[in-house]
Amino acid sequence: MNKTYLNAYHKDAGGSLVDFSGWEMPINYGSQINEHNEVRTNAGVFDVSHMAVFNLSGPQQVDFLKSLLPNDVSKILHSKRALYTPLLNEEGMILDDLIVYHLGDNNFKIISNCATREQNDDWFSKRSSSFECKVELQKNSSIIALQGPNSQKLIQEIFPGLELKPFHLEEFDNTMVATTGYTGEQGYEIISSEADGLIIWSKLIALGVSPIGLAARDTLRLEAGFNLYGSDMTSANHPYESNLSWTIDLTDELRNFIGKKKLLTYKDSPSTLHGFYTEERGVLRSGSTISCDGGSGVITSGTWSPTFKKNIGFCRLDTKNPINGFAILRERQINLNFCKTNFLKYLQ
Amino acid sequence: MANIPENLKYLESHEWAKIEDDGTVTVGISDHAQELLGDIVFVELPQVGSSIEKQADVAVVESVKAASDVYSPVSGEIIATNENLENAPETINSSPYNDGWFFKIKPTNIEEVADLLDAEAYKQLSE
Repeated sequence: MNKTYLNAYHKDAGGSLVDFSGWEMPINYGSQINEHNEVRTNAGVFDVSHMAVFNLSGPQQVDFLKSLLPNDVSKILHSKRALYTPLLNEEGMILDDLIVYHLGDNNFKIISNCATREQNDDWFSKRSSSFECKVELQKNSSIIALQGPNSQKLIQEIFPGLELKPFHLEEFDNTMVATTGYTGEQGYEIISSEADGLIIWSKLIALGVSPIGLAARDTLRLEAGFNLYGSDMTSANHPYESNLSWTIDLTDELRNFIGKKKLLTYKDSPSTLHGFYTEERGVLRSGSTISCDGGSGVITSGTWSPTFKKNIGFCRLDTKNPINGFAILRERQINLNFCKTNFLKYLQ
Repeated sequence: MANIPENLKYLESHEWAKIEDDGTVTVGISDHAQELLGDIVFVELPQVGSSIEKQADVAVVESVKAASDVYSPVSGEIIATNENLENAPETINSSPYNDGWFFKIKPTNIEEVADLLDAEAYKQLSE
């Protein structure tokens, strides 16, 4: 099994390690609820070095990315910024979701999911071959996420004076600090060598920051309305039924990107992701079917929300405006309320 | 290492049974089980007065991660349930063998206890 360079640290810190897409990763360090609450109220640090980092080089990086991605890197060219986008196949279906980072001077980095590493490596190589652009999977990289309302104060202990707006970045030697994350909180993702990562991780731990496992990462992202690739969207889904129409940038009508033609035929699809919540007891999980007035669908992610202390989740329904829904849990009807997927914003 | 008290009996499915002095049996889930489940957020307890069969699924314990059935180690009548768990299910995580008990049974055949695992056998199973 693959291990990140912090594996021994996780074990020493009491982490329960599990197989996560072939990587031995900490699921929690005791209580995932305590870890979740720590990130919402203070700050926490995640080892996400299992994710895939790709470095681009060559004079045609911009042209390549404009042809590769439905979101348009044109909007981040004037500064050092990050852009979230799905990755599509020719059929307009989602191969992955990723963040592309503009390091300045038309140089880019991509961070994508762990389970899709080889697929993406292949896809980027093939698709970049007609451009003067090389995409290389970076081995042995460190990705540390520092997330939570106190993360700015903490990051300044390591990078004095650093101030960044959301989805911006700065580089210090070979370390990139970006204001991105997967929790819905203010936060940073720090991409560096393992040696530098170890120094940063150790400093944060010495400052009293709690390490946070992947279980809390999942409940944090769900409350924030972020899709999980493999659960809320797969290669059987297009962006319009995955709450990602905002990532499809058609401003430049002349721009062609992989999957565009097919994708546009799905534009009026009634199917999409909705948030659901219930005050009733029990936790509805992915795979459960939902019935509602005028439609039906299936739960793609479901959990107990530590922030709202109730069952929340995402469901893909074949109607835009669901009302009066229910699902069955242990032979009991559970009545559901529907809302936007960003529970942090809509469920106060 | 999970705690496995010597004075209790166990099921392979990770329930513990304590044979009380009055012949009733108190049931809960083991320390190992609560560790596997992680943070527990709901329980569904049986009706007091209901008759249950040995190995029947009589309760449900649900964590953030997963839901799991709780099986009865013996046949009999449910004579009490731990209602505190309804409002404080995390008690099962913090005190699986004491405050985190699930229900008490008045067994119809106490001989069934002989089929349960002792601490040593359960320890080997959960390793």
